[in-house]
Amino acid sequence: MESGILTGIVAVPSFAALIILFLKKDQKQEARVIAAAATLVSLLLSAFVFFSYNVDEANAVNAANRTDAQGDLYFAFEDDITWIEELGISYHVGVDGVSAAMILLTGLASFAGVLISWRIDDRPREFMAFFLLLVVGVYGVFVSVDMFLLFFFYELAIFPMYFLIAGWGWVELREYAAMKLTLYILVGSIVALVGFLAMYFQAAEVNGFYSFDFQDLYHAAKSGAFDDPGYLGIDGLTLARFWFPSVFIGMAVLAGLFPFHNWSPDGHVAAPTAVSMIHAGVLMKLGAFAAMRLGIQLLPDGARVHLPWIVFLALTNIVWGAFIAFRQRDFKYVIGFSSVSHMGLVSLGMATMNITGLTGAGLQMFSHGVMTALFFTCVGLVYEQAHTRDLPSLGGFIYKMPLVGLAFILGGLVSMGMPGLSGFIAEFPILIGVWRGVPEGVAAATQGDVPYLLQNAISTSSNGSYYTYIVIFAVLGIILTAAYVLRVVGQVFFGEFNEERFPGVKDISVLDRIAILSLMVWLVLLGIFPSMMSDVIESGMQPVVDLLSTRFGG
Amino acid sequence: MVFNTDVTANFWAVAPEIALAIIGLIVLGLDLYSRESQRRDVGYFAGFLLLALAAATVFVPTPDGSLSEQLVLGGMLRHDQFTQIFRTMIYIAAALTCFIAMGDNRMRYKGEFYLLVIVATIGASLLAGASDLVMVFVALETLSISLYALAGFVRDDARSAESGLKYFLIGSFATGFTLYGFSLLYGFTGATQIYGPDGIGQQLAAGKLNDAPIIVAMMMIVVGFGFKISAVPFHFWTPDVYEGSPTAMTAFVSVASKAASFAVLLRFMLAVFPPEKLAVGAAADYSELWVPLISVLAVITMTIGNVVALVQKNIKRLLAYSSIAQAGYALMGVAAIATTDGGQGAASVAFYMFMYILTNILAFGCIIVFANATGSETIADFASLGRRNLWLAMFMTIALLSLGGIPPAAGFIGKFYLFRAAVDADLILLAVAGVLNSIIALYYYLVIIKVMFVDPSPDEDKDIPMPANYAWVLGAASLAVVLLGTVLANPVIDWATQAGLELFI
Repeated sequence: MESGILTGIVAVPSFAALIILFLKKDQKQEARVIAAAATLVSLLLSAFVFFSYNVDEANAVNAANRTDAQGDLYFAFEDDITWIEELGISYHVGVDGVSAAMILLTGLASFAGVLISWRIDDRPREFMAFFLLLVVGVYGVFVSVDMFLLFFFYELAIFPMYFLIAGWGWVELREYAAMKLTLYILVGSIVALVGFLAMYFQAAEVNGFYSFDFQDLYHAAKSGAFDDPGYLGIDGLTLARFWFPSVFIGMAVLAGLFPFHNWSPDGHVAAPTAVSMIHAGVLMKLGAFAAMRLGIQLLPDGARVHLPWIVFLALTNIVWGAFIAFRQRDFKYVIGFSSVSHMGLVSLGMATMNITGLTGAGLQMFSHGVMTALFFTCVGLVYEQAHTRDLPSLGGFIYKMPLVGLAFILGGLVSMGMPGLSGFIAEFPILIGVWRGVPEGVAAATQGDVPYLLQNAISTSSNGSYYTYIVIFAVLGIILTAAYVLRVVGQVFFGEFNEERFPGVKDISVLDRIAILSLMVWLVLLGIFPSMMSDVIESGMQPVVDLLSTRFGG
Repeated sequence: MVFNTDVTANFWAVAPEIALAIIGLIVLGLDLYSRESQRRDVGYFAGFLLLALAAATVFVPTPDGSLSEQLVLGGMLRHDQFTQIFRTMIYIAAALTCFIAMGDNRMRYKGEFYLLVIVATIGASLLAGASDLVMVFVALETLSISLYALAGFVRDDARSAESGLKYFLIGSFATGFTLYGFSLLYGFTGATQIYGPDGIGQQLAAGKLNDAPIIVAMMMIVVGFGFKISAVPFHFWTPDVYEGSPTAMTAFVSVASKAASFAVLLRFMLAVFPPEKLAVGAAADYSELWVPLISVLAVITMTIGNVVALVQKNIKRLLAYSSIAQAGYALMGVAAIATTDGGQGAASVAFYMFMYILTNILAFGCIIVFANATGSETIADFASLGRRNLWLAMFMTIALLSLGGIPPAAGFIGKFYLFRAAVDADLILLAVAGVLNSIIALYYYLVIIKVMFVDPSPDEDKDIPMPANYAWVLGAASLAVVLLGTVLANPVIDWATQAGLELFI
């Protein structure tokens, strides 16, 4: 089945970037318009993909997969062209439930990002071209079915990001932050790459041919190729257990997993608004997505052994991130650390290894993506006119920019997990999932394979796994979230507006309004009609859980 | 040993070299009979002919099937796809060198520059196919002596003269090592032919010889080739020669000589010290010795190259250390050849060299344009290049990204292919060292990109002119680097794989 739509989503921004580079230096408006048009086309195409994604078909394939050892995973809108035959690399794109939601998110954040960047007057031509290149990389990762292609796009996204932050970011921090971010992400991805190559060779031994295609790797995982004991000549060690930490954590660096989150607040603060939006809104999801794909889905044996301790890292993310966010005086740092905290929920959801938690993690990726893009938009708009982000000296901005205030409050409510909004439908399943704990069969099978300390703890939920206690601490993080969000809302948007300090503050432009509204609408829509997205994401996460249960018992 | 005595096959095997010799003579003639102002056209002439030759070489048929079919000219050369791919990339390198040399006032009006490039190309081209100790040596010297002359080409520039002399002294020292190694091999086996049942390789594999002199010979030869590819600790000439020589010559020596040396290193190691795959049931397997040796050399080379590159202020010196590091990466592929499936180790080196040739010449071409306009080769002076000439900055960026291994530039697939070969050969630690190094390397490449696009400069408003011929050459090279990293990757990797496979016939 060749559809070409996903190729279009990736190709349109790449061609637009090329066209923009050929413009003249002073054709600033043209560059902006082309960038806006390209991101809009990609947004519409990805919305089409998301809404025409056939959940029933996906579920039917998933159901068949449970019994059929040779079955393929479900991918919609596939394009598959051989690229480098010798190495088993093909240009194979397609979407499952999770990536369908993620490309919609990418479309929203990138389109809004271009609109917000309209006022950039320093070399908009270069800015837009590199922004589009970044968007291409992000889209590419989400639609890649071939895992070489995934790495290709992953690395492709790194360079423009460095460039955008170092070139247009906050002067005081940008060079340091851009380099730190780039090196962190690069180290993570390359560490993951080595583990991934080990998987690739192992899979080739089982399949009889070299292939980077996810379907072939999945077949190998299904046949237990990564779970043979005696790996590297060590008793009880399997390839999955040995390489899971490097693959999962290597990718999760980009998701801000503690203790590798250090790049993220600095990077977010230093980046120009649109890049912060893409960065916190989409790129961190890219890390979580890749960690899930390559780690949990392909290495279930590693996941069940390692996730029970990685869960503590996720918990630290949530609580520690929220604590630090609470202590910040800089408006943008609050949001930066809140992203670290919220991404902890995504990792937490993944660590449950049950369908509820995983679906919640997927929903949280989308919800947090839109919400944090909105947050950074608000921060950017306030900073643009106030020229300071020092919380105590701000105040009363809701009177000058009502829509920005409203948007920030909505985003704040979402991040607290208020029912009726998207944050609730994402965070609630995660917490339920954690409460349920690791699926019983998997937990029972894992007893002998984890270190002593973790053994009793991850037993089954009925005799008290520690996952239950994790819920309690995770909720603490949510309370802290409420605290810092309310503090920021109070300090920035309410209180006395200082006319002398901030003279001539104007309301925002029409383009900014469009950007803000296009994001806000999803937070409400998803809160009211959760099944619109949860079913889609669930159909994408189901194979992960199925593989765990077929390998190790449900 | 039976050789191919078919006249046609023998002719095709050296047809490119014959063509090169003819081109060289024509260039010499043109140089003599044209006025000084027209001599720049000699460069165009040489460049386009070399490019045409590169294209034609792709279609030169090679005898397929057996070793005895492929050994031509009494066993002096082996004419296989491995020879072909390296020849082609060397011709491309020579052509691009002619094009980028034309903007340099010190060289553009001198036909002998192009002649020396062509003669060096003949040497490099023969080196890629040499299968006899004598041939290896003759080709090596043809290449080296032309390069010594090129390095000192600008006689009235003290730096150029110094670098020519340095290169000559250290180069001849290295040649001495190689030659001594060869003489040991010859003395103990009585053969100069590396292939065949009574060739050196099979004699060594039979294990009837004393180990000690063989190991000494191996060390000597590795040292000699190590000089040519500037592997640490034999790299000391590299930065000085790169910095002092005219930039076009630096570009040429950094790619063509390196590619040819890698070709001969791969062929030599496999044929003379055959691993188990090539000599089944052999009594002595010297690859158990040279694989660790090359691995260690690879790790040291890339680490020292990258770490020292971090502190460089001069762009040519930086690229010198970067090219040392790049040689270290490629050595990973050499270490992997003994055990990888289907010659993938050799194939990965061939692909890497293909990518590296285009990339490095692109980088040096950008430096020439920049230095012609500003007279500076200091990295700090690249500040605001993005504002002064966006396209020049973009071309340089593509080159640096390719060297750093970032897609869509070809360096990504090149590095990936090498790492894959290393993992395939179970040299996991080597692969890990490689990936860690590529992160260090990315740091200094990114710093240059940052300087070009972010740093302010007092000359921000002064545009840097890019002559139209440079715009075309650099544009084409950038496009080639990107295409090689995307759609053209498949045919070239196919070819490289075929080349790698034929080494194992």
